[in-house]
Amino acid sequence: MDYFKNIFESAATVFEGLTITASHMFRKPITIQYPDRTLSPVIEMLPSRYRGFLEVDMKICTGCTLCMQACPIQCINIEIAKKTPSPQPSPSRGEGDGGGVPMRLITKFNIDIALCMFCGLCTEPCPTGAIRFSKRFENATEDINKLMFKFVEEGKPVAPYKKSSG
Amino acid sequence: MIQQLSLLFPMLPMWLVQAIWCGVVAVLLLTFFSLFAGPVSWLERRIAGRIMSRIGPNRVGPQGIIQWLADGVKNFLKEDLIPRDADKILFRFAPYPVFLGVTLTLVTLPFSSLLIGADLNVGLLYIVGAWGLVVIGLIAAGWSSNNKWTLLGGMRSAAQMISYEIPLVLSLLVVVLMSGSLSLQTIISSQGASPVEWFIFSNPFAFIAFVIFMISAVAEGNRTPFDLPEAESELVAGYNTEYSGMRFLFFFFAEWGNLYVIGALAASLFLGGWQIPAGWRNFASAQGPILPHVFEVLMFQLKTWIWVLLIIQLRWTLPRLRVDQLMKVSWKYLTPFAFVSIVGTGLWMVVFPEGWLFMKYLLLFSMLAVIGYFVWRAIWQLRFTKSKADFKLIV
Repeated sequence: MDYFKNIFESAATVFEGLTITASHMFRKPITIQYPDRTLSPVIEMLPSRYRGFLEVDMKICTGCTLCMQACPIQCINIEIAKKTPSPQPSPSRGEGDGGGVPMRLITKFNIDIALCMFCGLCTEPCPTGAIRFSKRFENATEDINKLMFKFVEEGKPVAPYKKSSG
Repeated sequence: MIQQLSLLFPMLPMWLVQAIWCGVVAVLLLTFFSLFAGPVSWLERRIAGRIMSRIGPNRVGPQGIIQWLADGVKNFLKEDLIPRDADKILFRFAPYPVFLGVTLTLVTLPFSSLLIGADLNVGLLYIVGAWGLVVIGLIAAGWSSNNKWTLLGGMRSAAQMISYEIPLVLSLLVVVLMSGSLSLQTIISSQGASPVEWFIFSNPFAFIAFVIFMISAVAEGNRTPFDLPEAESELVAGYNTEYSGMRFLFFFFAEWGNLYVIGALAASLFLGGWQIPAGWRNFASAQGPILPHVFEVLMFQLKTWIWVLLIIQLRWTLPRLRVDQLMKVSWKYLTPFAFVSIVGTGLWMVVFPEGWLFMKYLLLFSMLAVIGYFVWRAIWQLRFTKSKADFKLIV
């Protein structure tokens, strides 16, 4: 008796399966056609706390190097130079005013994004929130040196942000 | 046709005219074959995509319709790798029987009452014989690659194709019994344009034979749920694991060509082939000598494509059978029922020499009822799953 039951069940299940697949012919595909045929740019579709590449807002960076110390794999490299500004000739005040005060300058702020593991430990101690995750994630390149993000251009040191001075 | 051609070119000897004519027909058939197998590979991938809620290839050309050309060019440019320890002669030889076995069957497929490569009086026997060549190619490919996966695939294909050839041929015998001929044109002529004149609805046993034919033809074509020789998840790619480039493509040409052969055989043996209603024929004949043949070709293609699409859908619906289940289906279910349908058809023809019209209509309407239930059930599936229906077919 199992014999005919098997035949009936196979026919019935094949029929049922065919109806399911036939109904799928009239359903919307859920594919997101990254990168070029998405409804909105992919960056806008990412969640707000997405961990993309690190970015640093140099306007509010205090140069405290807390992020460098927090990084477990040393992919952040900051160099601070203490420098006495050369006396600027100023006709009204005479010469050498303020020349004696040493000034901190950030001469280098590199993040090796090829090394970065996106743990987010650097963003936590930052007092001003200057270092943070962006939503950028597309940066395939043939040259690994291009993945060294330089936030301070060479030869153009940036003065750190100071609350009191602002 | 050849006589008329030799009258056109009286300066040429008869054998040369014949040879040229054979060449032209062969080229036409092969062109048709490739023009079918290519786009249908794209179509199948699109359908598979929709069934899996994906999109499928849609980048090359409008809606990806020339994806198959890109694939073909890619395969042309690939290196033709032959493994070091392979049996090199067999390895080179293996794709050809597979390709040949499928293309040879095209010769006797009747596209219309005129368009046929050769109306052999043993056409059906010829098709079965030519199809048998595929097994040789698959075993040769499996053996010569010197790889355990390919060997397993080859052995499976041997077991599968030999056991499924039996119910296949037995179910074809039912058609031969009813038409009294092995020639495909005669088989089609002994059916009519109306569904009740088709062999499939002539008696219940013929209907069983049709079902058996479809199942075992799918198994002959190595398509899911009977794709054990390939079995991607178990055997990497089965018998064609070691193949690359054009040789690999030959196997796939054969697979999609098989699809057409199955559909065309089902259409011509059981569904009345190119027969068109008398009204259409009269209308077409009034327009000129070519139009009736156009109608016939379109009718034949329509019937063929129904089965091609069904087999494609079946592939993406059912999981693969196990080896023991495969053997069980063939020997315990299909073969006994094939015998039953042969004996039953014989008895039916003795009891009802003119056929029993009530049974024909009963079968026809029960078939229509099944199709109607299928449509209703598919719509029910759409509603039941609460997934949004989207009638825009192409994305």
